[in-house]
Formats: sequence, C-alpha cells, structure tokens
Amino acid sequence: MPFANLNTTWFALIGLLWAGYLFLEGFDFGVAVVTPFVITDETDRRLCLNAVGPVWDGNEVWLLVAGGATFAAFPLWYARLFSGFYLALFLVLVALIIRGVSFEFRGKDDRPGWRRTWDVANFVGSLVPAVVWGVAFTDFVHGVPLAADGRYNGGLIGLLHPIALVGGLASLALFALHGSVFLALKTSGDLAQRARRAARVSGLAAVVLLAATVAWVALTGRPAVTGSVSAVLPLVLAVAAVTAVGGATLLVVRRRDGWAFIATGTAILLAMGAVFSRMFPAVLPASNRAANGLTIAGAASQHNTLVVMTVVAACFTPFVLAYQGWTYWVFRQRLVRPAAAPGGEPTRAALAPEA
Amino acid sequence: MTLLLARWQFAIVTVFHFFFVPVTIGLGFLVAVMQTLAYRRQDPGWDRLSRFFGRLFLINLAVGVVTGIVLEFQFGMNWSSYSVFVGNIFGAPLAIEGLLAFFLESTFVGLWIFGRGRLSPRLHLATIWLVSVGTVLSAFFILAANAWMQHPVGYRVVHGQAVLTDFWAVLGNSTLWESFAHTVLGAFATGGLLVLGISVWRAHRETSNEAHRSAFLRAAGLAAAFTLVAVILTSVAGDAQARLMDSQQPMKMASAEALYQTKSGASFSLLTIGDLSGKPVFQIRVPHVLSMIADLSWNGQVRGIDQIQQAETAKYGPGSYVPVIWLTYWSFRAMVGAGMLMILLSAWALVLARRKRLLASPWFRRAALIGMALPFIANATGWIFTEAGRQPWIVYGLLKTATSVSPVSAADVVATLVGFVVIYSALGAIDVMLMARAARHKLDDLDDHGGHGGHAESSAGGVVPELVY
Repeated sequence: MPFANLNTTWFALIGLLWAGYLFLEGFDFGVAVVTPFVITDETDRRLCLNAVGPVWDGNEVWLLVAGGATFAAFPLWYARLFSGFYLALFLVLVALIIRGVSFEFRGKDDRPGWRRTWDVANFVGSLVPAVVWGVAFTDFVHGVPLAADGRYNGGLIGLLHPIALVGGLASLALFALHGSVFLALKTSGDLAQRARRAARVSGLAAVVLLAATVAWVALTGRPAVTGSVSAVLPLVLAVAAVTAVGGATLLVVRRRDGWAFIATGTAILLAMGAVFSRMFPAVLPASNRAANGLTIAGAASQHNTLVVMTVVAACFTPFVLAYQGWTYWVFRQRLVRPAAAPGGEPTRAALAPEA
Repeated sequence: MTLLLARWQFAIVTVFHFFFVPVTIGLGFLVAVMQTLAYRRQDPGWDRLSRFFGRLFLINLAVGVVTGIVLEFQFGMNWSSYSVFVGNIFGAPLAIEGLLAFFLESTFVGLWIFGRGRLSPRLHLATIWLVSVGTVLSAFFILAANAWMQHPVGYRVVHGQAVLTDFWAVLGNSTLWESFAHTVLGAFATGGLLVLGISVWRAHRETSNEAHRSAFLRAAGLAAAFTLVAVILTSVAGDAQARLMDSQQPMKMASAEALYQTKSGASFSLLTIGDLSGKPVFQIRVPHVLSMIADLSWNGQVRGIDQIQQAETAKYGPGSYVPVIWLTYWSFRAMVGAGMLMILLSAWALVLARRKRLLASPWFRRAALIGMALPFIANATGWIFTEAGRQPWIVYGLLKTATSVSPVSAADVVATLVGFVVIYSALGAIDVMLMARAARHKLDDLDDHGGHGGHAESSAGGVVPELVY
C-alpha cells in the first residue's frame, strides 16, 4: 500500500501546485485582463501594474514547480500531456514570454508606441493563458479521445470541443473576477470603485459560465468511475465553487473586498479540487474508451524517486510558503493615487500608505 | 524530419537562454558585492554603481526568466520518449530546482526591486544575496540533471525506464561537481567582463564628473581582479573536466582533437586548414599537449576515434558512435581560445588598474569593449561542444537521441521552431538595445527603472519609493 499512497499523494500535491498557481497567477492574469476597462489614464495603468509588480514573478514559479513535479513524479503524464497538447502549450509559452518581459520593458521608454506595445503584450499574454488553462482543465475532466497506445492525436482543434470553450471562458471570467477583487483590495478611490464594478460584471459572467461548464460535464462527460472518489465529490466541490463565486460577487457589491478575495480564492481551490478528483484515478482520462486513459499507477515514478521528492518537499516547502507569504505582508498596503504633481506629470507618481 | 527539427529547436532555445543565464549569475553576484560595499562603507559611489549595474541585471534577468520557462516544458513537448525514459531521475533535480532555486530567485528579486526604501538597508541587501544564492542553486540542480545525461549514475533500467537507486550518487556525480565549478566560475567571469567593459568605457566618457569617473574606475578595478581569478579557476576546472571526460566519454575527447588513431604523447592542434578526417592541408600543432590535457602525462595515451568506434560497436552494437567532428573540433577551440583571451584581457586590465593607468591606452579601451563578447562565445561553444560531443547519445551509453523524440508531426515542430526564432530574435534585439541604453544611463539617477524621476518626498519627510513599473 505505501506505493499506492505515495502515488496518490503526489497526484494530490500536483493538484495543489496547480491550485496554488491558479490562485496566485490567476489574479495577476485577471488584473491585466481588466486593466483596460478600469483605468482612465497612465497613472491608473501603472497602479494596476504595480499592484502585482512585486509578486507576479514568484507566483509564476508555481507553474514551473508543477511542471517539474509532474516530470519527476509522473514521467508518462508529463511526456504524453505536453507532446499531445503541443500547440496549446506553445501558445501559453509565447504568451508567458511576452507578458513576462512586458513588466520590465514597458517603463524603459516614454514613447507612446513603445508603451502601447507592451501594454498589448501584457494584456494578450495574460488573456491567452487565462483562457487556455480553462480549456485544458475542462478537457481533462471531460476527457479527450486517446489512441489505443494512450496518445492524444487530435491536435489543437481537437481540444476546442464546445464544452472546453465554455470552460475557457469560465476560467477567463473567474480570473477577471479574482483580479478585479485583488485590484479593489490593493488600490483606493475611483480606481478601486471601478475595479468593483468590473468584479460585478465578471462575477456574474463567471457564475453563469462556470455553472454551465459544471452542468455540461456532469451530464455529458465520461462516466465517473463507480465507487471511486470521482463519483460524487467533484460535483459537490464544483457546486461549492460556483456558490463561492456567487458569494464573492455579492460581497464585492457590499464592498467587503477582503472577504470577496477569500471567496474567489476559495472558488479557484474548490474548482481545482473538483478537476483533480474528477480525473482520479486517471491523470489523462480518455473520452472514447476508458482503458486508453493514463492512470496514476501507470504514469507514476518508482518508489525511490517519490520518497526523495517527498522528503525534499516536506523540508523546503514551509520555507517557500513563509517567505512568499512574508512578501505579501511587506507589500500589503493599498496603492494610493498621488496628488497631482505640479505640472501634472503623472509618471512621477508616488505611492504611500493610505492614511 | 521531426528529429532534426526538434534538435534544432532544442539547440536554439537552449543556447539563446544560456546567453542570459551566465549574466544573471555573474552580474547578480557582482551587484550584491557592490551593494555590500556600499552598505559596509556607507559609500555613495558603490551605491550608485550597484543601482546602475542592477538596472542592467534586471533587463537581462527578464529575458533569462521567460526563456527558461520554455525549457521546463521542452522535454515533454519534443522529447517525450526521452522524458519517459529519464523522468524518474532527471525530473527530480528539475522539480527541486523550481522549489529551492526559482522560488528564491523570483520572490526575492521582487522584494529587491520594490523593497528599496521599504525594507531596512540591511534586509534589502540580504534580498539581493538571496537572489544570487538562488541563481547558483539553480545552476547546481540543472547541472545535476545534465551531468546524469553525460555520466549516468545511481540508476537501474527497469522496463525501458531508468529508475533511481541512489539519489546521493546522482548529487555526488563527479561530472556534476566539475561542470558546476566550470559553469558557475565561467558565469562569474561573464559578469566580470561585462562590468569591466562597461566601466572602462564609461570612465573614459565621464570627462566632467570626477566622482563618477572614479566610481567607474573602482568598478573596473574590482571587475579586473574578480574576472582574472574567475577565468583562471574556470580553466582549472575545465582542465579537470577534460581528464574526467577522457575516462567517461573518450569519444568526446578524441573528437575535440579530431584524433583518429590512438596515440601516445599526442599533440594538440591550434588550428587546421583542410578537412578534419586525418589528412589536413595545414596544421599548427603543439606537441604533447593533448596527452597532458587528457592524462596529465607527457607521453600519455589518447585513444583515437577509430579505436573507440570499434570498442563501442563491440559494446553497444552496430552503428556510428562518432559525433560531428568539425563541430566538436571547432567549438572546443573557440571555447578554449576565448577563455585564453579572457585571461589575457583581465590580466592586462589588472596590471593597468594597479598602475592607475586604465584609461591611458586606447587599445586597452577597445579591447575591454570588444572583450565583452568573449565570454558569450565561450559559454555558447562550450555547451555546443559538450552536448554535440555526446552524440549519438542523449544519455551516454543508455539512450540515443534518435529514439528520444516525441511522436509529433514535423509541421508542428516547424511551426513552433519558426515561432520561437521570430520571438527570440525580437527579444534579443530589444534586449541588446535596452542594455546598451542602460549602459549610457546617468550614474546619479537613482531611479532603478528607467527615466521617471527620482524619489518623491513623503509628507513625513522620509523618502518613499515611486511606482516602480
């Protein structure tokens, strides 16, 4: 049994890594996606960028660790998934590249064309992964057609099943909500007010789209494995996630930004719980024939590797969580729009703790 | 076809990424040293220098980080058969690199950028040191993975997968420790020569401001001594690697020299005109040097390509075990040659700095500027040599490159290859442009992020940081 336990443990840990990644970078994506709709000028835009400025890079590492952990703990999953979902992953990589450099490059030149270029890069580079991750995870729970040797040969088009597209829009709306609430928390005055308005709109969209995805998967997706955790639990978690999104939207209306953020974050964690429990005991479920799917046991590394990984993770994860948490504590204050400087030079903005 | 394209893609995305990695490691360390000097001595000159070079560091880091993301997934995308074979062993250091190194680097670089004026100076100094530790740890773990491909240890092959038997053997791999020393010291030298070239050039141009001129001269002096030590140690480590290579991967050693027949007291050719198949038109040869490199002895025997080919055919079955000789031969010479020139340049700089005559020689000024290209040549050709020299193996003695590729269509690999080349070309051009511009930046502009003015005075009279991005 210890074998099975470690395999399942690492399946759950990879689920946690993804959940942590989407919780954290979810609001980075969301902030970028709603920025064009909540700003009035250059200072607003910079406030939005700086709201995630100190933390976005650390947030993105969760993805790299999820990828590395999948490689180490489930080599077959890593190999089949990324060679199968080839062009989708390429799109995400390109998006993350242009988005990553946009933070650093944007401020290096004052010319409007230059700035606009990197604003577009930041927007598109956040929009694409916000949609693609939703598409991908919907495909995982719904299942994709897999050949008898377990390979996915459907190309990019095969991933764009209508239900997956709805799932992609749902994740976009969910991250837009999560990011708007984060902005409302991190900024003040008119900008925060406009962010709350964006949160209301994206919150409503997220409730509808997420509920549609959940219902569609429940009704038409591959049958759950009887007697397994994937029979009932995912539906419970998914319904809880939709409820949390609805709750977050109501909390924003009442200007309870902090509670709303907890609700959106919880919704993301619940949604990932639903995804991973629905996939269980497969890591790559097949929609055509269950036997073609890749299972946890079939993909897992040998015991020794998993033991090493478990020890390393147990020893070092607490430190990572502590210093990453500390970063959020250091930068916990709201960004304040500076009083108009003489001459109205908006780029000389100063940020100060709110009185 | 897919195989060839996938190899080109891996070569391009890896070599491009590795233009930035050594700068991150080397310049990050030097910025931390400068900020330490500023903190310890309360010296505004070092403070300005640490910000000035910090700005260059961050531009470089941005490209280094995003091109690194691609590599985390490249194995699964294009090399899925390889990934399945090695995942049990190769995946662990990759995951550990993320947990121990990337988190440290990325979290603390955010704190370093945004924490100035918000954290205490002491804590702020600690953040850049933690970034530097993160970059070096990252090198260690990714080299642990690579060293296992060069010289697999601590494994057993079960059902077509290499499985881990001894993780300490993987971390204690002799190949790992020597390539770690060689790589990190080479990265230090890269950062050192960048600081040297830029500082000498800036000191020469600072004709009106004596304080700035002397600050840049001090940076050049630091860089000269630092680089000289780093390059010499890089060579020592590289020399040790060569002997290890001779015993672990004899074919790579022989192909570095294009030595076809086993020979005692083998000479080393500085260059060859004509073909490399053993019948050159013209060669400059230094007697006994190859034997010294491979065996540390005057008349040591160095095995030739033909003999090793026979031995490996007997051991692994029919097939060619010879890498592309012109590539290994010339990349090895480019690496060693660039390294030698780096020693000469930094020694020259150190002598001039000691005599306070760094700016006296226009020839030296030009050499220092052009010399910034040397470490990039050495870094790229070094990796090309060590990876191309292992061919046809992807994991030496265990798995061939030809059987490692993903079952993806050539069209998909072409599409992504073109995509990466286009994006990387643009990124490279923009990075060089921004680095060149940042190198011209005024030294007393304390803003860390481009030209948006200095710090605003808060109502309490203290300095608060501006919006950084």
